[in-house]
Amino acid sequence: MEHIAIIGNGISGITAARHIRKLSNKKITVISSETDYFFSRTALMYVYMGHMKFKHTQPYENWFWKKNDITLKKGFVTQIDTTQKTLLFSEGEPLSFDKLIIATGSKPNKFGWPGQNLKGVVNLYHKQDLDAIETYAPNNTVCKHAVIVGGGLIGIELAEMFHSRHIPVTFLVREDSYWSAILPSGESEMINNEIRKNGINLRLESNLKHINSDANGHVKSIVIAETGEEIDCDIVGLTAGVSPNIGFLEHSTIETNRGILVDRNLQTNIKDIYAIGDCAEQRVAVEGRRPIEAVWYTGRIMGETVAQTICNKETLYTPGHWFNSAKFFDIEYQTYGWVNSEQHMKPNESHFHWMHQDQTKCLTIAFDKTTQKFLGINTFGIRMRHEVFNRWLDQNKSVDFVLEHLQIAHFDPEFYNTYYHDVLKKFNSENNRNLELKKKRWSQIFTLKS
Amino acid sequence: MKTLRTFGLGLILAVSVLFISLLFMGQYKLTSATFEKFIKLNNITSSVFITDLENSVVDTEFSTPFYLANSIAKAVESANAYHKTNKEWGQVIWTKPHSLAYQIVKSSGTGIVVQNKLRLWFLSFGLAILGALMFMLPALNLKGPPGIKNNHIFHSSATNRGWIAWFVFVFLILFYLVLYFRPSYMINWVYLVDPVSESLSGNPASQWFLYGFLYCVIMSVMAVRMYIKYRHNKYQVLRTTSVLFFQIVFAFLIPEILVRFEKPWYDFKNAFPLDYDFFFKWNLDELLANGGFGLFILVWGVLLTLVIVPVMVYFFGKRWYCSWVCGCGGLAETLGDPYRQLSDKSLFSWKVERWLVHGVLVFAVLMTGLTLYGYFAGTYKVLGVKVQTLQDIYGFLIGSIFAGVIGTGFYPIFGNRVWCRFGCPLAAYMGVIQRFKSRFRITTNGGQCISCGNCSTYCEQGIDVRAYAQKGENIVRASCVGCGVCSAVCPRGVLKLENGPEEGRIGSSEVLLGNEMNLMDQLQDK
Repeated sequence: MEHIAIIGNGISGITAARHIRKLSNKKITVISSETDYFFSRTALMYVYMGHMKFKHTQPYENWFWKKNDITLKKGFVTQIDTTQKTLLFSEGEPLSFDKLIIATGSKPNKFGWPGQNLKGVVNLYHKQDLDAIETYAPNNTVCKHAVIVGGGLIGIELAEMFHSRHIPVTFLVREDSYWSAILPSGESEMINNEIRKNGINLRLESNLKHINSDANGHVKSIVIAETGEEIDCDIVGLTAGVSPNIGFLEHSTIETNRGILVDRNLQTNIKDIYAIGDCAEQRVAVEGRRPIEAVWYTGRIMGETVAQTICNKETLYTPGHWFNSAKFFDIEYQTYGWVNSEQHMKPNESHFHWMHQDQTKCLTIAFDKTTQKFLGINTFGIRMRHEVFNRWLDQNKSVDFVLEHLQIAHFDPEFYNTYYHDVLKKFNSENNRNLELKKKRWSQIFTLKS
Repeated sequence: MKTLRTFGLGLILAVSVLFISLLFMGQYKLTSATFEKFIKLNNITSSVFITDLENSVVDTEFSTPFYLANSIAKAVESANAYHKTNKEWGQVIWTKPHSLAYQIVKSSGTGIVVQNKLRLWFLSFGLAILGALMFMLPALNLKGPPGIKNNHIFHSSATNRGWIAWFVFVFLILFYLVLYFRPSYMINWVYLVDPVSESLSGNPASQWFLYGFLYCVIMSVMAVRMYIKYRHNKYQVLRTTSVLFFQIVFAFLIPEILVRFEKPWYDFKNAFPLDYDFFFKWNLDELLANGGFGLFILVWGVLLTLVIVPVMVYFFGKRWYCSWVCGCGGLAETLGDPYRQLSDKSLFSWKVERWLVHGVLVFAVLMTGLTLYGYFAGTYKVLGVKVQTLQDIYGFLIGSIFAGVIGTGFYPIFGNRVWCRFGCPLAAYMGVIQRFKSRFRITTNGGQCISCGNCSTYCEQGIDVRAYAQKGENIVRASCVGCGVCSAVCPRGVLKLENGPEEGRIGSSEVLLGNEMNLMDQLQDK
C-alpha cells in the first residue's frame, strides 16, 4: 500500500490527509512537532480571551484519526532524504514514504532587531506562542504594559487579546495608517478609529529600534526608531508578517526560493514530493495572486487539490475568485474579488466608497473605469454572500448591476437594517446616475439545481 | 461603575441570605377551628387521621413549617396504611401526603412573614431586582462598545463549572425538589406573593403561582442582561422580547385572569405533548364542564399540535416555538444564556440525545393514546396497564425530574438546554419536521469558515456547527432551536439563519471553498 507522509498538521496538511482518505485507502501519516492533534490556529486568540478552551479549537474529536486510519506522529523532521524517500527526525527511527507532502506553514518574521529573542518577546502563531503569552501576560499586574510591532491582522488580534485582560497596549505601525498596503484609505482610517476607540495607543509611522533587557534577560522596554522614545513594557508582540517555515530543507535537493518552489500541480522539483499551504511558492504566480499566499483558505484549497493529484487525478491549483475575511475588534471585514489600496491600484481601477455615519460600517466597490466591469468589494460591518459574489465575478457583471442587486448578496442576520438605498443614493449623486435598488428574489440568491 | 457593580452583587448576596432565612421564620399553629374547617371542606372521613393530628400537632405552635408539614404527611400515610389493610376504601385520603400537608400548613402560618407580606416582598424581590440591575447595567460601559464580548467566560468559576457553578447547581436542584415534592417547606415564599395572586386571580397564591411569578421576574431581569449583551443584534433583541412577552402574558397573566372569571387555568401557547396532561381525564372533564369556552380550549389545543405547530415549523423552523415562544426556551435563553457554552458537543452525546428525546416522545404519545382509549372506553385499565400509573410515572420522571430538576438544575454544569435537547417531546416532534420538511436552514457562507469553533462552542443544543460550516455545508439539524447565537459569535460572517426554498436546502452552497477545479464533478459525486 502506498504510504503518504505529510509534514505539518495545520489546515493544509490535514485537509490533504482527509481528502486522500476520502478518495483512497492509502496509508497516511501526519507528522507534527507542535501538537498531538489538529487545531485551528485562527482561534488561539479566543483561548487567551476566555471565549473558548483549547480543546474547542480542535475541529475533530480525538477518535476521528484512528477511525479514519490516519496515523498521527509527533516528531520534528530534521532532514528529507529524497533519493531514499526517507524522513529523518530529531529523535527516533526514520520514516520512509512513497509520496510526501510538505505543509510546514510559516514562521514569524524577525528583522534582526536587537533584543528580539529576549524573554517576553512573543508571537501569535503556534500553540507554544499562546502558552508563552499566558506566561508573560496573565494579567495586568504581572504585565503592566504591552507593545505590539507590526500593523497587520495578527497585530490587531494581539491588541484585542491584551485589551481583554485590561493590559494597556501600544501598537506600533510602520505605515501611515493601519493595514494601508491592503485597504483603501477610507477603510484603513475607519479601523484606526476602531483601534483607538478600544483604548489602544496606536502609533502610526513608528518603527521598532531595539528592545531593552532587564537583568534577567527579560523585556524591559522598547525604543521607537523615529522619536527615540523609550516605552516600558513587560511583553512585546512581534507581528511583522510571516515567511515560509523551510529551515529544515537547507541541505536538501528540494528547490526553494523564499518558499518551496512548486509547479501548478503543487509538485516540487522532486517527483512525488509536494508542498502546499504557507510554505509553498508558485514558480509562476496564479494570475492576480502572489506566489506565496499565507492564508487559511488557500491552504485548504491546496490541500484539496494535492489530494486529487496524489489519488491519480492530476489537478492544477486553480483557486477561484479571491476572497478573505477578518475581524478588527467589533468590525467584521469581508472581501470578494480584488479591491486594491491606493498604492497598489491597477491603472484602470476605480473605487466607489460608502460609509455609514456611525463609522462602523462601510463598503468599497472596485470597478473598471472604462468597461464598468465589477472587480471586487470590501465590506466592513456588513456581511455579504460569498456564493452570489462568486457568481457575479464569474459572469463579469457591471458595477451598475452589482449596486442595483446588493440586496441579493445581503448576509446579515434577519431583521438587521440594510443600507443599500443609502449606498445607491451616494453612487447616483457622485456619478450623476439614476440606479434603482432591485427587490430580492429567492431564485437569485440560491443557485437552484435545474 | 465597578463600585456600582460590586454593590449590586453585594445586594444580591444579602437578599439571597434574607430570602433563604425567610424559610425558617414565623409561627405555625394549626388551630382546631382551622382544622375542622379543612376536614369539612375536603370531606375527610378518616378518624384515624383526625385523632392522630389532634393528639400531636393541633393547637401547638411551631417556629418552622417543617415539623408540622412532616407530621401531617406522616399522619396521612399511617392512616391510609391502616384503612387499606382494613379495606376501608371510603376513608382513604387520596390527596398526596405532602400536597395535603401544604394546604394545611398554608392556612396555619402566623407571625412575621404573614404580617409583613408586602414589606418582605419588597425587601426580597424588590431589592434582588435592584441589585441585579446594578450588577448588570454597568456592563454597558465596562464591557466596551456593542459587539460580542465573551471575554473570560472560560476563566470564570460561574460559567466554567467552577465552585460557583456547583453551588448554583446544588441550589437549583434543591429548589426544584422542594417545589415539586415538599412545597410546604417554602411556604413563606408563597406568602410573599399572596398579594400579587389575590390582585390577579382573587385567590391566595399556591406554590405554582410563586413559581410562575419567580419565573417571570427572573426572565425579565435576565432579559435586561440579554438586551445589553446583544444590543448590536436585532435578531436577539426581538427574540428576547418575544419569549418575554409570551411568558408574562400567555403563561402567567392570561391563565390567572381566566381563573378570576372562573374559567379553567390554561396557557394557550403550551402545546401538547409538552403540555403532557392536556388529554388526561381530569383536564378533559374540566374543559367539557366549562361549556363553550372549555370546548374552545379543547379545539385550540388539538389544532395547535396538529396544524399550527407543523405549519409554522415548515415555514420558520422549530425556532418559532423553541426560542421565540416557549416558556422553557424562554428561561433557557435568559437565565440560561450564561451557560450555553457548557453543552456537550461530542458525537456520543448526539447519539444519547436522539435515543432519549425520541424515547420521551414515544412514551408521551403511547401514554396519551392509552389515556384517550381508556377515556372513551370508560376504563381505567388498558392492555393490563393502569392508565393512572403510567401518568404518574410520566409526571414524576419526565414532568418533574427531567423537565424541572434536571432541566433547569443542570444549567450551570451541562448547559441551558438539557431538557430541550434530551427530553422535550414537543421539540422531538418539531425536530423531525424541521429535519425533513421545512424551509429553515442555517446557510454557510461559501468558503469563509476558518474552523475557529466559536459557533460550536456557543451552540446551546450541542450541535457541532463548525463540522458543517467548514465543509461549506448548510446546517439542517433536528435539534436546532434557531437561537441565532452561532451566527452572532461567528467572527467571519459565515452563518445566517434563514427560510428559503426547500430545494437545495442542505447542500445549496455546494463546494464553494474557492477551488474552481472540477466543481461539477464534485456535484455529480454527491
